Amino acid sequence: MLPPQASHMGLTRCHICGMTCVNDRPGIGDLRCGRCRAPLHGVRADRIGASWALLLAALICYIPANVMPVMYTQLLGNGSESTILQGVAEFWRSGSYGIALVIFIASVVVPCTKFVTLGLLLVSAQRKTPWKRRERAVLYRLVEVVGYWSMLDVLVVAVVAALVKFRALGDVEPRVGILFFGAVVILTMLSAMQFDPRLNWSGEDS
Amino acid sequence: MNPSFPSEPGTPVVSTRRRRPSLIWLVPTVAAVIGLSMLMHAWLSSGPVITIDFMTAAGLEAGKTPVKYKDVTVGMVSAIDLSPDGSRVVATVQLDQSAASLDRVDSRFWVVRPRIGLGGVSGIDTLLSGAYIAVDKGNANASGKRFLGLETPPTVTHGSQGRSFVLRARDLGSIDIGSPVYFRRIQVGQVASYRLAEDGRQVDLQVFINAPYDRFVTSATRFWNASGVDVSLGADGLKLNTQSLATVMAGGIAFATLVHGGAEVRAVSGAVYDLAKDEKEAMASTDGPAQFFQLVFAHSLRGLVVGAPVEFFGQSIGEVASVRLDYAPGKQKFVTAVGINVYPSRLGSVLEKLPKSAGDTERRTAQFLAGMVAHGLRAQARSGNLLTGQLYISLDFLPRSPPANFDVDARPLVLPTVNGDLDQIQEQIASIVGKLDKLPLESIGQHVDASLKDLDEVLRQLHGQVLPEATQSLKQVRSALGAAQGLVDPQAPLQQNIGQTLEQVQRAARSIREFLDMLKRHPESLLRGLPKSSAPSVAAPTDDTHPSQISRTVP
Repeated sequence: MLPPQASHMGLTRCHICGMTCVNDRPGIGDLRCGRCRAPLHGVRADRIGASWALLLAALICYIPANVMPVMYTQLLGNGSESTILQGVAEFWRSGSYGIALVIFIASVVVPCTKFVTLGLLLVSAQRKTPWKRRERAVLYRLVEVVGYWSMLDVLVVAVVAALVKFRALGDVEPRVGILFFGAVVILTMLSAMQFDPRLNWSGEDS
Repeated sequence: MNPSFPSEPGTPVVSTRRRRPSLIWLVPTVAAVIGLSMLMHAWLSSGPVITIDFMTAAGLEAGKTPVKYKDVTVGMVSAIDLSPDGSRVVATVQLDQSAASLDRVDSRFWVVRPRIGLGGVSGIDTLLSGAYIAVDKGNANASGKRFLGLETPPTVTHGSQGRSFVLRARDLGSIDIGSPVYFRRIQVGQVASYRLAEDGRQVDLQVFINAPYDRFVTSATRFWNASGVDVSLGADGLKLNTQSLATVMAGGIAFATLVHGGAEVRAVSGAVYDLAKDEKEAMASTDGPAQFFQLVFAHSLRGLVVGAPVEFFGQSIGEVASVRLDYAPGKQKFVTAVGINVYPSRLGSVLEKLPKSAGDTERRTAQFLAGMVAHGLRAQARSGNLLTGQLYISLDFLPRSPPANFDVDARPLVLPTVNGDLDQIQEQIASIVGKLDKLPLESIGQHVDASLKDLDEVLRQLHGQVLPEATQSLKQVRSALGAAQGLVDPQAPLQQNIGQTLEQVQRAARSIREFLDMLKRHPESLLRGLPKSSAPSVAAPTDDTHPSQISRTVP
């Protein structure tokens, strides 16, 4: 039997001034700290919706990010637009397996993992299921850490587009797909930030 | 627990705030709206998807090869697959919405690659940029989904002004798609396409004449093949004819309009013309119906070829249509049967002046010719070029030729022939040679030989006996002449003596004359002697002094 949580005892700690407030009348309105008037909140169960919304937005943006070209390459008058997966396939075909793998992981594996992980966390948090709480906590930390690295694609396109400017000989320009990809990364990060990891621990223990 | 803190927790205040729907849901809504709008845009801007069959996918790449119309990118090759039977390459092309009207059923697609042809170099820009598919928009209203790509760029695009015509040729020659068409040596069009006629008997060429030159194509226009260098070594000598240097390499077609074409009507698009072999034939093909005649020559006609001219009074009025060996069983001889085509209309205005008679054309011709044959019209194979031995057929009046019968009812009409001029010369030479052959050259030779031997003997005698004597005689003559010369020399004593003698004779003569004068005056003195009164003293002293002087000088 675990020790009781603050909510069980009808207490809430103010995040700003650290005062412990009685919170035994849930559902009557917004509570504010008696000392610093900061909003009082316990576990932010209401943030689940926001997290869901951002995750959904990221998922929506992920479709054009993959379908639309991210980069326009023009070499000796032969211009072509390529999507992320085309770029990966091209690198793979030309023998640059390492680069292909890095781009694939950064642009496909990581975002998809984040979608699935966040979705899983959100669902399990909503259900308040006691299933594998510790592993879920690890997953959440992983999502937070890995989030920044998804910007690799955007970075590559930005750098290459800035560097390769040889007028007629060669030119690289970013295309609208990379914007969506950047939006995906940002939205998933925001979604992860909205998720209160304490939700992981709410609910009955098995 | 710290005693300075109250043991009871603080009581929070309750602030009433209106519950609002979370604004965070705006984010996925906006994302969805943007995504949907882009989807809509993509869906709206994408035109029809078509497939084009090519023989090869060289230079084509899915997702990279653009489709261009008037050098504007209007689509993209989205996929390249093999056709089910593996014989062709099927390129799937996504056209833009703005270019949706390009999918007409008669639109043509071809791959623009660098090409080096006789007509020039094209598609250089694709060396760097890679190949692309070019479109020529069709005129049809119906739109198609599946197209057959051209292997070579079309020479005539749908937008170009002008008209196309069909030329019927016996063979393609060196003409190719894109070969130029010339009018007065100006390029006015090109060959758009060619195909073998259904029955395989001719080649149908489609030529396109650019505006505004297409109006020069009328009902009286004749086309001919102007390909390459036309070197003809015929009965009328060596002829070299060409349109331009380009046609020498790439072939070409020329056309011209007959000047005496009468009422000319502008030709409609798609009108069919015959493509003549050369300019001469093109212009001759207006000669109306040809009249066929058969000529039978009893001698060999080496050098007479099909197409050799038939001349009447020096004017070309036809051509040889056939030359073949024949056998005349009656005479047991091989003869040469020559068929000729005569174009009576080439006689022009002469025809109208000729007497008219009733009956159909053939009948009239036969009767007219019967009269002409009676007046000595004969066909003759003449040598047009001694160097090459080319022959031509000459129709001429030879009044001295032996009479010939002309069958008015024979079909084809058979014109009587005589041997050619060269043959006559040959015959004469043969008779001369025969006569020469009959001369007893051998005996003449023997006689001449014997005579020459005699002469040789005589000459030897002359040399041995006569010549030394003659030399001697000549020497004597020379010495005699020398002696004579000595006599005649003015310094010679004889000469001087003669001179003195003559002087004395002269003096004697003078004396005699004086004596005779005196006698004339005084005839009596013969009897009485010299009278005293006379004055001989005048002369006497001179007479006396002279002899004394002479006697003194010449003792």
